[in-house]
Amino acid sequence: MPEENKKSLTLSVKKLRKSFGPVEVLHGIDLTLRGGEVHAILGENGAGKSTLVKILSGFEQLSDGELHIGESSGNSQRIDVWNNSIAEQAGVVLIHQEFNLAEQLNVAENIFLGNEIKGRVFLDKKAMRAKAQEYLDILRSDIDPDSPVERLPVSAKQMVEIAKAQAKNARVLVLDEPTAVLTQQESQVLFELIDRFRQEGVAIVFISHKLDEIEQIADVITVLRDGELVGSYPAAELSKDDMARLMVGRELSSLFPEMPKVPAAAEIVLRVSDLLLQGNSAPSSFELRSGEILGFSGLIGSGRTALMETVLGLRRPAKENLGRVELRGERVDFKQLSAARNKGVAYLTKDRKGSGLLLEKGLTFNFSLFSLHKISKLLIDTKLEEIAFEKAVETFDIRMKDKSIVAGNLSGGNQQKLLLAKILEAEPSIIIIDEPTRGIDIGTKSQIYHFIGQLVASGHSLILISSDITEVIGLSHRVAVMYHGEISGVLEGEEIEEVEIMRYATGLKNKVSPQIKQNGTSNAKA
Amino acid sequence: MPKLDLKTAGPFIALIVIFIIGVFVNEAFLSSGNLSNILARSSFIGIVAIGATFVITAGGIDLSVGSMAAFISGCMILLMNALMDSIDSMVVIIFLAIIASLGIGAVAGLINGLLTTKAKIEAFIVTLGTMGIYRSLITYIADGGTLSLNFTIGDVYSEVYYGVFLGLPYPVWVFLGVAIIGYVLLNMTVFGRHCFAVGSNESVARYSAINVDRVKTMTYMLQGICVSIATIIYVPRLGSASGQTGILWELEAIAAVIIGGTVLKGGYGRIGGTVIGALILTLIGNILNLTDAVSNYLNGAVQGIIVIVAVYLQRGAWRRD
Ligand SMILES: Nc1ncnc2c1ncn2[C@@H]1O[C@H](COP(=O)(O)OP(=O)(O)OP(=O)(O)O)[C@@H](O)[C@H]1O
Ligand SMILES: [Mg+2]
Repeated sequence: MPEENKKSLTLSVKKLRKSFGPVEVLHGIDLTLRGGEVHAILGENGAGKSTLVKILSGFEQLSDGELHIGESSGNSQRIDVWNNSIAEQAGVVLIHQEFNLAEQLNVAENIFLGNEIKGRVFLDKKAMRAKAQEYLDILRSDIDPDSPVERLPVSAKQMVEIAKAQAKNARVLVLDEPTAVLTQQESQVLFELIDRFRQEGVAIVFISHKLDEIEQIADVITVLRDGELVGSYPAAELSKDDMARLMVGRELSSLFPEMPKVPAAAEIVLRVSDLLLQGNSAPSSFELRSGEILGFSGLIGSGRTALMETVLGLRRPAKENLGRVELRGERVDFKQLSAARNKGVAYLTKDRKGSGLLLEKGLTFNFSLFSLHKISKLLIDTKLEEIAFEKAVETFDIRMKDKSIVAGNLSGGNQQKLLLAKILEAEPSIIIIDEPTRGIDIGTKSQIYHFIGQLVASGHSLILISSDITEVIGLSHRVAVMYHGEISGVLEGEEIEEVEIMRYATGLKNKVSPQIKQNGTSNAKA
Repeated sequence: MPKLDLKTAGPFIALIVIFIIGVFVNEAFLSSGNLSNILARSSFIGIVAIGATFVITAGGIDLSVGSMAAFISGCMILLMNALMDSIDSMVVIIFLAIIASLGIGAVAGLINGLLTTKAKIEAFIVTLGTMGIYRSLITYIADGGTLSLNFTIGDVYSEVYYGVFLGLPYPVWVFLGVAIIGYVLLNMTVFGRHCFAVGSNESVARYSAINVDRVKTMTYMLQGICVSIATIIYVPRLGSASGQTGILWELEAIAAVIIGGTVLKGGYGRIGGTVIGALILTLIGNILNLTDAVSNYLNGAVQGIIVIVAVYLQRGAWRRD
C-alpha cells in the first residue's frame, strides 16, 4: 500500500439498488473504493458492472441505497445529490465501455472537451494541442492530435479516452473494459499508467473479462452475479479458476472444443490471389478449405480487416483488375456485401457500435436485418422472425431482463452476442469473423467456441481475425499472420505458438517476402 | 408502455382537438360538403407527404416536390393539348398523360437519387437545385404565364377530381390507397426495414448487406411517383399550370411528416402519422376560413406554431425514455 496521499478519496455504496423502469438489475450492492487501490469488478455479461460504475460516476441515478464519500484520513459523509458534473468535480472520472467521444471533433479537442484550457478571451488551442500530445506520448501512441476522431480505428479511440482521463486530474478513475479493443502491448502501456496513478493514491476501478489482466493488476476483486454481490476479495487470495467459478457460479468445462482435423483433400472454398489493398505495395494471397478455421493474427493496423473488407466488396482494391477471388473455383467480384451474403459468405464487423448494431432499434429488428430475405416473400413473416429470434436468444445465451429494450441498452457483451446471432442467422457457409468475442465473459466465450466447433464440424469454414492470441491458437487449424498490409506467413502445426506468431507479426520473420522491410511504406488501417 | 402510446397517439389526439375546435367555430364545419372538401384538399399534400415519409425515414430530404408538381402539371397539359389533334378518345389521351406523368415523376426522383448517392452531394443541396430548375422550367414553358388545358379534355378529366364514389371524392380514395400501400411498404416489407436501417445508421446498414445507394434512390423515386399521383388528381381541379403551381408544397409536406411523428434526422417514420399531419394542416386552413376570430392570412403562422409544438412534444417524450 502506498503512503497516505492527500489526493486519496474513498467512495463507497451501501445496499445499492438500481431499476430501469419496473426491472431491477442491481439488488443491494456494497462496495468500497480506496485511494491507491486497483479494484477489479468481475461478472458475466449483464451482471451489472457497467450499471454499477455508471452510478458511481453519476451517469445513472441509484434507485435505492446510500453513497458515501470521504478523504481517506477523515470521516466519510453521505451524499444525497450525485450526478455526473458533481462527480467530476469531486474527481471521479469514468471511461465508458462504449466510447463517449465527439466524433466530429479532433483528438485534442476531445481530450479537453468540457475541460478546455482558456487563454484570455479564446481557447488556448496551442496549449491544448501540446498537452494532448504529451498525454498521448505517455501512452506511447502515435495518434495525431489533429485527426478527427471519426476517422480513428476503435483501438485508437480507446487510447484517446484514456488520454482524456489524464487531463481530468482524477482521484477515482473508473475504466469499463478499456482493454477489450486494445492489443496486449497497448494494454501493458495502460497498466503502467494505472500503476502510476495507483502510486499517486488514485482509486482505480477496472473492469475486464480477461482474467490474466485482473490477476496482473488488481488489489481487490469484487464479483457480481446477476445483479447480486457475490463478495469482495483480496486479489492475492483468488486464482483465475476461482474467479471464473465465482462469476459463473459453477465449474467451467474446457475453454476450447476438440477441433476435427481438416482432411488434406478438403475442397478449397475460398481462394484469394494477389489482392492489393489500398495504400499497399505487396499483394496478398491465401486460401481457406472446407471445414477449416483459418486464424488471422497481426498487430492492430496490420491490415487484417482491410484485407477481408476488400475481399467482401466493402472496400475497393488498389488496382481493380489485379487480384482474384474465387469461391469454390468460381471467380467472383463482390461490389456489395449483399453479393457476398447471397453466395453464402458472412462478415462480422469488429466495430459493434459504428457498423454492427442499430443502437436505438429493437433487438429483433437488429437480429433479422442481415437475413430478412430468409423470412420474407412479398411481406416479412414476423411470426417466423419472432421464432428465429427466440431460438437465437437460447443458442447465444443473450441475456436481458426485458425483451422490448433497444440494442443500445443491452450490456456490452450481450450486444456482441446479438451481433454474432445476426450474422449467423443468414446461414453462411463461409464465415469471416473479426474480433468475435470482444467483451464477452469467459463462460459465454467457451459456449461460443464450442458453437464454432460445431459449425466447422458440420462443414462450415471460418476465418477468425482476433487480437486475442490464445483464441487464435486455441481454435485455428492454420494461422495467417499479417504485417504492414501483407501476409508475412501462414503457420501450421507446431509453428502455431505465441512467440513464433509475434515474430511474423512484428516483421522479424517473413515467409512471403523474406527481405525485411526497413520502414514500411505501407500504412494499411485495421 | 404509456410513453410510447403518447408518442404514437399524440398526433391523433391533436387532430381530434382541432376537429372539436372546428365544430365549435362554425356549424358549417360539420356539413358533409365541407368535410369531404377537407379530405379532398388534404389528399394532395397527403400523397406528397407519404413519399416524403420514405425519403425522410431513410435519412434524406426532398425540397423539389412543389416545383416538380408544377413541372409535371405543365408537361401533362402540354401533352394532352398536343394529342388532341391526333387521338379522338379523350380517355386515351388522359390515360397517356397519366402514364407520362408517372414516368416523369419517377425519372425526376431517380435524378435526385442518383445525384445524392452517386455524385455524393447532400440531399438538401441537390433538391434545392432541382427545385429551382423545375420551377424555372415551368415558368419558361408557360412563358411566364399560364398553361391551360383544352376545355374538351378538361370536361372529361374533371371527373377525376370531382367524381364521387361511395360518398367520397375520388382524390380521397386515391389518398387512402396510397396511404395503405405506403403503410404496408414501410412497415411490412424488406424495403421498409431497409429504409429505417439506412436512416438510422448508414454504416450499419452497409455492413448488414443493404445496398444503401439503391434504397435511398428508391425513396426519391417513390417520392417522385407520389408527386406525380398528386399532380394527376390536381390538374383536373384547376385545369391549368403556371410558375405559381405547387408553391410551398415541399414545406407543407415536410410539416405533415414531422407533425405525424417521423424523425427529421431519419431512422424512424410513420405513415399513419403523416396522414394525420396532412389532415391537421388542411383542417387549420379550413377552420381559419370559417371563423372571423383569426385572420385567414395567419394560416401559415398557425401551421408554423403547430409544427414547432409538435416537435417540442416529441422531443420531450423522448427525453423521458
Ligand atoms: N438503459 C437501460 N435500460 C434498460 N435496461 C438496461 C439499461 N442499461 C442496462 N440495462 C440492463 O441492465 C443489466 C446490466 O447491464 P450492464 O451493462 O451493467 O452489464 P455488464 O455487467 O456491464 O455486462 P457486460 O460484461 O456485457 O458489459 C442488463 O440486463 C442490461 O440489459
Ligand atoms: Mg459492461
